[in-house]
Amino acid sequence: MTPYETFSSHVRDNSPVALATIIEGPNVGAILVVTPEGAIGGTLGNDDIDRVVTRDTMGELEAGRTIVRHYGPQGQSTPEDLIDTDTVRVFIESFSPPPLMWIFGAVDFTAALARVAKILGYHVIVCDAREIFATRRRFPMADEVRVTWPTPMFEERGERLGPRDAVCILTHDPKFDVPAIAGALATKVGYIGVMGSRKTHAKRVERLADVGITSPEQLNRVHSPIGLDLGGRTPEETAISIVGEIISSRTGREARSLGATDGPIH
Amino acid sequence: MRELLDDIDRWRNAGKRIALARVVDIQGSGPRGAGAAMAVNEDGEVIGSVSGGCVESAVVTEALAILAGEQLSRVVTFGYSDDDAFAVGLTCGGIIHLFIQPLEW
Repeated sequence: MTPYETFSSHVRDNSPVALATIIEGPNVGAILVVTPEGAIGGTLGNDDIDRVVTRDTMGELEAGRTIVRHYGPQGQSTPEDLIDTDTVRVFIESFSPPPLMWIFGAVDFTAALARVAKILGYHVIVCDAREIFATRRRFPMADEVRVTWPTPMFEERGERLGPRDAVCILTHDPKFDVPAIAGALATKVGYIGVMGSRKTHAKRVERLADVGITSPEQLNRVHSPIGLDLGGRTPEETAISIVGEIISSRTGREARSLGATDGPIH
Repeated sequence: MRELLDDIDRWRNAGKRIALARVVDIQGSGPRGAGAAMAVNEDGEVIGSVSGGCVESAVVTEALAILAGEQLSRVVTFGYSDDDAFAVGLTCGGIIHLFIQPLEW
């Protein structure tokens, strides 16, 4: 396989992979393909620079960073070794697996949310215990449709959820919502949102207390009613308000109009 | 680049030569960060984008020159205000550095 084929097959399998490319210096355009286990294709020209850049690229990939680093032609990286040598600039580009969005509840809002989440690059899993609703035909845009209760889903795969990921609970049904919230709170997932009116939310807080979820730290992780206050109504508008809330909770912004704020935009 | 792979594979299977342009660095405000990518094939077909549309046509010109052998793979910079500058810039005032090379690896 060529380095490109090795690289693209990892990206398609959602396996972490990075490209290290010489963008200035000897061997411009040379490529090294690196995974968390080490280099798996290509070369930057000699074993020394390959070894040093592989080590650094594994670190950047672990952190999910994309960055330019500087070396000497044999991979020298300390400043005194770089005096009087050519500088090799290496562009290290990390390709992390896409973030996950688990959506509980196979309802109309689910299809719209799954569509919007796909635009944002999420790997989307729709989950509902009702076999007649949780079908591929209703959610062709989802990456997976699972017929299951929340608890086994979290037991089986909850460890995979991390700070970049989201759990959206759209079921409106306490016998589904409560175990889904409890399951999500037991993971490191970055965003938990639950659909329902303010009244439903108040009742849900009581039910959560019944299963021992009472601490403010836990309840503060749960965004409910789900979404930003955009005033929208349709499933699509609601989906936008949900992903807007996911973005603003990640960035820590208040989600006001840029025209009403000052300071940096990004 | 993830979003370009299907089209790149289609072009490769059709035997087309391809140039790949990747944003390696942004200074100041920029619409897309490092890693944003576009690809241009020898027929001038374009996929992806590297800015909000500010520099794409200049990138295509560079990419076609590289595919034609008139230019070597290199870093190109848009958004400088000095005399060496390219005639295009970013409307947001940032500086964008791209690496453009043939996808022959």
